[in-house]
Amino acid sequence: MKVNTQEINGFWVVRLEGRLDIGNAAQFEQACLQWIAEGHHRLVLDFGALEYISSAGLRSILAATKKVKPLNGSLSLCALSGLVEEVVSISGFDNILQVYADVAQATAEGAK
Amino acid sequence: MEAVEKTFVASLEEIPNIVGFVSETAAAMGVHPKRLMHIELAVEEAVANICSYAYEIPPGEVTVKIAQESTMVRIEMSDTGVPFDPLAMETPDIKSELEKRQVGGLGIFLIRRMLDEVHYSRIGERNILSLAVHYGEK
Repeated sequence: MKVNTQEINGFWVVRLEGRLDIGNAAQFEQACLQWIAEGHHRLVLDFGALEYISSAGLRSILAATKKVKPLNGSLSLCALSGLVEEVVSISGFDNILQVYADVAQATAEGAK
Repeated sequence: MEAVEKTFVASLEEIPNIVGFVSETAAAMGVHPKRLMHIELAVEEAVANICSYAYEIPPGEVTVKIAQESTMVRIEMSDTGVPFDPLAMETPDIKSELEKRQVGGLGIFLIRRMLDEVHYSRIGERNILSLAVHYGEK
């Protein structure tokens, strides 16, 4: 999986490309915790190029979300499609996280 | 295409190989690409369970068999670990709030929702998880 980050409007946008699975989820969780420790408390995960996610991937996202909440931060998802959209929907993660159509909406004024 | 069977070490490191083997075989058998993604997810989740629960002294082995039926492709994953029915795991509460959210059992929940048939049986010394998907997109 390739991971790129950039700051947009005060949001820390993380673009994931490829697969977030049991092989790299723990590593991704560590990266999230590191960004949070560095002061990035408003995370946006851009799944536009993410092809695959498993429950291990969801677990890493949940851990990061639980970390930013007490810091008055946020973690939102955007640009979901295909299997990734199905997994997020079936697992009910779209009820506990904000999901946006694209990066522009996720980083707009007023986005949570 | 004749049924294909292969045995792997049941370890987390082997999961990409097992997923790849099943997915490529199912593709060759004519399963729609969208359903291949469901199969890949199911295999990852099922093998991850076997790695975690099946063997008192890991790693053990997992044997994967893929066979064509008239309307479906069937994938059987079997291990010789302790009796373990993953389908008996508690269904996670997918409506709970963030603070109470647990992800245990979510893998099996995804398998049940995405595949067309899921069965567990204990036959002799083997746990057998049988998964099936239709060939087409739906």
